[in-house]
Amino acid sequence: MTRTSVYAAYSAPGIRFAAFVVGALILAALLAPFIAPYAANAIDLAHRRAPPSVSHLFGTDELGRDLFTRVLFGARVSLAIGLISAFVSVAIGVAIGATAGYVGGVIDALLMRGTDAVLCIPRLPLLMMAAATLHPSVPVLVVLVGLVGWMETARVVRTEVQSLSEREFVAAARAVGATPLRVVWRHVLPSALPVVAVASTLAVARGILLESALSFFGVGVQPPTASWGSMLYQAQTTLTSEPWLAVFPGLMIFVTVLACNSLGDAFGTLRAHRARQE
Amino acid sequence: MTRLIARRILLALPLLLVISLLLFAVLHLVPGGPLSAYLENPNVRPEDIERLRRAMGLDRSLAQQYVSWLLAFVRGDWGYSYADGQPVMRRLLERLPATLQLVGSAVFIALLAAIPAGVYAAVRPRVDRATSLVAVAGISLPVFWFGLSLQLLFAGLLGWLPSSGRSTFGGGSFGDTLAHLVLPATVLAVVLASAWMRYLRRTMRETLAEPFIGVARSRGVFERTLLWRHALLNAAPVFTTVVLLDASMLASGAVVTESVFAWPGVGSLFVDSLAKRDYAVLMAFLMCGSAVVVALNLVSDVVALWLDPRRRATLP
Repeated sequence: MTRTSVYAAYSAPGIRFAAFVVGALILAALLAPFIAPYAANAIDLAHRRAPPSVSHLFGTDELGRDLFTRVLFGARVSLAIGLISAFVSVAIGVAIGATAGYVGGVIDALLMRGTDAVLCIPRLPLLMMAAATLHPSVPVLVVLVGLVGWMETARVVRTEVQSLSEREFVAAARAVGATPLRVVWRHVLPSALPVVAVASTLAVARGILLESALSFFGVGVQPPTASWGSMLYQAQTTLTSEPWLAVFPGLMIFVTVLACNSLGDAFGTLRAHRARQE
Repeated sequence: MTRLIARRILLALPLLLVISLLLFAVLHLVPGGPLSAYLENPNVRPEDIERLRRAMGLDRSLAQQYVSWLLAFVRGDWGYSYADGQPVMRRLLERLPATLQLVGSAVFIALLAAIPAGVYAAVRPRVDRATSLVAVAGISLPVFWFGLSLQLLFAGLLGWLPSSGRSTFGGGSFGDTLAHLVLPATVLAVVLASAWMRYLRRTMRETLAEPFIGVARSRGVFERTLLWRHALLNAAPVFTTVVLLDASMLASGAVVTESVFAWPGVGSLFVDSLAKRDYAVLMAFLMCGSAVVVALNLVSDVVALWLDPRRRATLP
């Protein structure tokens, strides 16, 4: 791969667009109180179930609440759960993957067979059962979603750490007497950062999808808090009469996950190019 | 070959044991455990809960409970559904045909789409760009929303297809079932095909770069024969592995689709049982779902060996 094609991968229109979408979504979520045309849960019984119009871009719900406003505030919940749950799963995945890859031997075998076992359990049903038993608040929900998403990260980090451990700079660090923890933390993991970045981006997408599915089945985010998934749960019964209530929140989930997945893909391709260059 | 299969089966057993332990832990380590539904109900008196706890053996140590549960499960005694008192195994088995029908059709449709798309994506840059867009979109779709949208469009607005269920009441002819099957099978197929065409494209690329392709080309083999026979047959073992592994994951993908389209399969039974806190059914579903994944893992290894003489030759 030549230098120019790496540059091309960076500047491909798809990536820039995906990065722009992610940035805009986060900004919109942060600035929701300032952008939103109406107050967060303002009830307007005179304009109930109004289809999308100029004054209500996405229409209104059965209490006359502006759907655009609700989607903006829902973005805060959905994005926060996606981002923080990704952090949880990447933290667990890196810890397990790095230990298995660096220590090797029996520990590696045990950790990886454990990872295989968890990967065999159908993810969403397991999460649904746990959520139905626990009635999680939003922070607990974040941890639950994070707990079922670390396996992929653990696998890729293990492979990367294994191959990095055989490099000279790691041997050098060990030779000057650095402890194993220090070698992994200061020398191996920084070099594994690109792999972790790809895994994190994909984990955000997965976290948002899992949370929305849980909320869609009524075992995720509970009212009065609303995420995009729980808005879809409420819209299900009035699908034919007020389709906009389902269309817009779902579209937001789709666009967000699509942007995260494209970014992850692009990072992945870029990393593969770099690796081949070396 | 037989020795290898025997070894794989022996390796699968501890895997299943770990899975059963994990599932048991998830259910029992949460506050209240299987009785949490009753604990929240103010109409259930504390002495009743105590009686239930004893009757269900929940007063024993967790280890004792686990062992007796596991032994019973292996013997085929999966307990009784709290909801209607029927044996759990019978409830799951009566839902199984519907799920197999749905998943089978979805896999079939997905293969019909993914094979040509993957093969052409490997050789035509324009097809490659198009399929990569479709593939990322496909894996990013929230399945339930995609299902609802198709329902809204084809059942609500256009009125071409029934929105849910497996047959019209009193109906059940072949055409009627087919009409009910189209939407849910399409939803699952789109998700599967998106992943598969990218895998196939990658393996085809790798195969096409191998020397034997150049040799065949220099012998004057037609490009089309080269692509569809020489390359595709060599890419087949890897692709088959991926297809089998993904198909096993449908155990969970079908939960969402079945419930959105009210398809009377195992997945919608799971969602119904979730609302009723019918833990005997939930546990049996998760155990069976995991066992299917483990089993198809094993099958895919064996099939890959059987399809690929090169790998068979290196067997010990």
